[in-house]
Amino acid sequence: MAAHTGVLPGFRLTLGYTLLYLSLIVLLPVAAVFGKTLELGWGEFVDVVSNPRVLAAYRLSFGAALAAAAIDAVFGLLLAWVLVRYSFPGKRLVDALIDLPFALPTAVAGIALTALYAPNGWLGGWLAALGVKVAFTPLGILVALVFIGIPFVVRTVQPVLEEFEPEFEEAAASLGASRWQVFRHVILPHVLPATVTGFALAFARAVGEYGSVIFIAGNIPFVSEIVPLLIIGQLEQYDEAGATAIATVMLVISFTLLLVINALQAWAARRGGKEQ
Amino acid sequence: MSIEVRHICKRFGAFTALADVSLAFPDGELVALLGPSGCGKTTLLRVIAGLEQPDSGQVLFDGEDASDTHVRERRVGFVFQHYALFRHMSVFDNVAFGLRMKPRRERPSEAEIRRRVMALLELVQLDWIADRFPSQLSGGQRQRIALARALAVEPKVLLLDEPFGALDAKVRKELRRWLRRLHDELHVTSIFVTHDQEEALEVADRVVLMHRGRVEQVGSPEEVYHHPATPFVYDFLGSVNRFEGRMEATGLRVGESLLPHEAPLPAGEEVVAFARPFELDIVPAESGQGVPARVARILAFGASARVELDGEGEPARRFEVELPRERCAALALSPGQPVRLVPARLRVFAGRAEP
Amino acid sequence: MDAVAALPALELPARRAAVRPVTTEPVWVRRALIALALAFFGLFLLLPLAAVFVEALRKGWAVYLAALVEPDALAALKLTLLAAAIAVPLNLVFGVAAAWAIAKFSFRGKALLLTLIDLPFSVSPVVAGLGLVLLFGSSGWFGAWLAAHEVKILFAVPGIVLATVFVTFPFVARELVPLMQAQGREEEEAAVVLGASGWRTFWHVTLPNVKWGLLYGVILTNARAMGEFGAVSVVSGHIRGQTTTLPLHVEILYNEYQFSAAFAVASLLALLALVTLVVKHAIERRGDFAALRRGSRT
Repeated sequence: MAAHTGVLPGFRLTLGYTLLYLSLIVLLPVAAVFGKTLELGWGEFVDVVSNPRVLAAYRLSFGAALAAAAIDAVFGLLLAWVLVRYSFPGKRLVDALIDLPFALPTAVAGIALTALYAPNGWLGGWLAALGVKVAFTPLGILVALVFIGIPFVVRTVQPVLEEFEPEFEEAAASLGASRWQVFRHVILPHVLPATVTGFALAFARAVGEYGSVIFIAGNIPFVSEIVPLLIIGQLEQYDEAGATAIATVMLVISFTLLLVINALQAWAARRGGKEQ
Repeated sequence: MSIEVRHICKRFGAFTALADVSLAFPDGELVALLGPSGCGKTTLLRVIAGLEQPDSGQVLFDGEDASDTHVRERRVGFVFQHYALFRHMSVFDNVAFGLRMKPRRERPSEAEIRRRVMALLELVQLDWIADRFPSQLSGGQRQRIALARALAVEPKVLLLDEPFGALDAKVRKELRRWLRRLHDELHVTSIFVTHDQEEALEVADRVVLMHRGRVEQVGSPEEVYHHPATPFVYDFLGSVNRFEGRMEATGLRVGESLLPHEAPLPAGEEVVAFARPFELDIVPAESGQGVPARVARILAFGASARVELDGEGEPARRFEVELPRERCAALALSPGQPVRLVPARLRVFAGRAEP
Repeated sequence: MDAVAALPALELPARRAAVRPVTTEPVWVRRALIALALAFFGLFLLLPLAAVFVEALRKGWAVYLAALVEPDALAALKLTLLAAAIAVPLNLVFGVAAAWAIAKFSFRGKALLLTLIDLPFSVSPVVAGLGLVLLFGSSGWFGAWLAAHEVKILFAVPGIVLATVFVTFPFVARELVPLMQAQGREEEEAAVVLGASGWRTFWHVTLPNVKWGLLYGVILTNARAMGEFGAVSVVSGHIRGQTTTLPLHVEILYNEYQFSAAFAVASLLALLALVTLVVKHAIERRGDFAALRRGSRT
């Protein structure tokens, strides 16, 4: 690491501390998971992760996270749009409360959503009358994951919309485009990278989410059992090997997602770049 | 197409951008809206385009009221100051945008769009960068693409907001000539906004001078330059020397001095008078004519020499005189030397206009 | 001279209000979009928040207060505060050090370092907890050594602190790096040229410039530290009154069907979340901070 240190001091000290702290706090536990997996051997590893119950959990975790992130992308864009473009009573309150899922402990969100959607809950009873069961089904998981992910999309799209010059829309209108065409061909392409980034962030968070989901999920094997819960279940049975194998797959996917998100952000920065 | 605006008023909060502006833009002319920033020129352009709604007044296209026509249907080509090229589209797609947005019935085939876009890119001499993105272009190229994009919908009128404002001096000069030639080829009624008097005088058929939301003068470049209608126009167009004083029967009394002038105004009236640098002559201090001044700097390069002088009084008024180099050499001026200034021609306005 | 005062009487009626500006939608579209957005907001954000407080007070104030002052709840509160009190300063110091190294110097591997700092955001908290189990558990890498020296990390306070530090690791650094990058290093270089020592430069030049970003990062770190559930759950061992934090206490009460007590404790955490949001919003509304963040985004 050849640094251009210039005249400012403290490079070795701060970088050294950063690397040491990073290694101890983050890399060591992550390395432990991979290390344990290597002890496992390929056959055993495949046995664990191809177990039907585990596969069902993967399908559920990733499927629900994907669906939730997609819903968040749509409504996050809508919320960002409304917050940036329109004025309405209570706008500042809405703007401030968008971050609630970031600040509210997940367990609190979990029991609150359960209270709402349980068959005897505020909304649950009403929905049950319509024949829709939310709590203790995959639908409940979806609701929790939508809650968790919404700020990711709003907070990535909002600044991009704020900085979008009206000139572009005026130019499109003067060239004969209808309002819908302006949105579809000018505004949407501009906010798309940010929306996709927000989607990826929401998805990454949703895949690993635990606290807000377990209360509302019902945790029925093959039906509403998510991967993190499965890992905890294995641990409680002192099956560290099984837990680790399941976790490794999640970790690999997390790493991939992280790289994808980084690439997306770079893309968004290039697309939205102010090269004028 | 001819354009007319009648009694346009527009306020933004407490600020009056346009105060009862009425103007006619004849078919096929290239007109400059000229004025300092905040004079309302851009607002007027945006009102004509339909990007801004006036508080009152009418916009007429070919004699028909277009006030309620949406910008979409006005068929105006608008070139924005910062071009507003769509960053996520290639140059080709930018130019094709207007054609592709047309309702299906009116939309040309993709082959026809391709032909027309390429023809336009040839017109602006940029057909070789059709596949590039706006971020890869120079300022001058973006400007020309913005123009091509505006022309693609075959506008009946072309509106340009500070078309050369964001460019550096050399490119600006080239593009200026190019725009003039292009206009001579296309003959689309065009209006452009600028705060640069040289640009307006050089490019436009007619110049509209605006100040504080009002029209000060309309005329050909020669007219407005040589016969400014108001003190503001005189001050705004080119360098000028000001004299403030009082009319007397035989001339204009400035301080102790009397400048001979045929009095168009009654004696006793407070006036401002203007003379261009080339309308002033320098005479020796002993001559007793004109107003006293002191040489500050002599710039003797170029075809003619320029002399900067300090007048009397506090704060000292600055004068600028332009005279043939030989005359300058004959006077044998040196900095600090007291001289007198004699105007060959004075333009006198009543009242003490703002400085 | 005064153009404003001299406005002439207008002969044309003012009838423009009906024509809408170019860059907005018809009123009915606007209203429909606002209604849809607010419906989503109410359903997914407002209603859960309201549910916490309503459920907490369902059986009255007496039950509510009793749930809060119960010894196990107080122990959980103490542990939560302790974990946050350790995790926040640790990650604060790290965040400042990392931001200094990354923002003020150029070196190879910077992008990789930034990605690794983000890692805890994309690792499931449960997997993070598992990593700690594999390190410090009885059969873990350090398990035998720890057992021999009678040091207890797992199912004890140190484990909970470590899990908390892991999940809150990136917040301060994430906030400071772009801010300090946007500021460049000219001001610090000027200070050094003027003869300031490195420490004084940092204290008098760098820190005042990033103080709001720092506070912002601390607020987020604290909120997450006090609210973390998944990672802490794995390493805590759920020993009532000893290794349960507030969120874990909520879970225990909930699973014992003491709903009102569970929601009472949860309401405490929800209040913490609201305070966090208020402070966060207040910082965001500071003009200098907002401008800096905007600058750092590009």
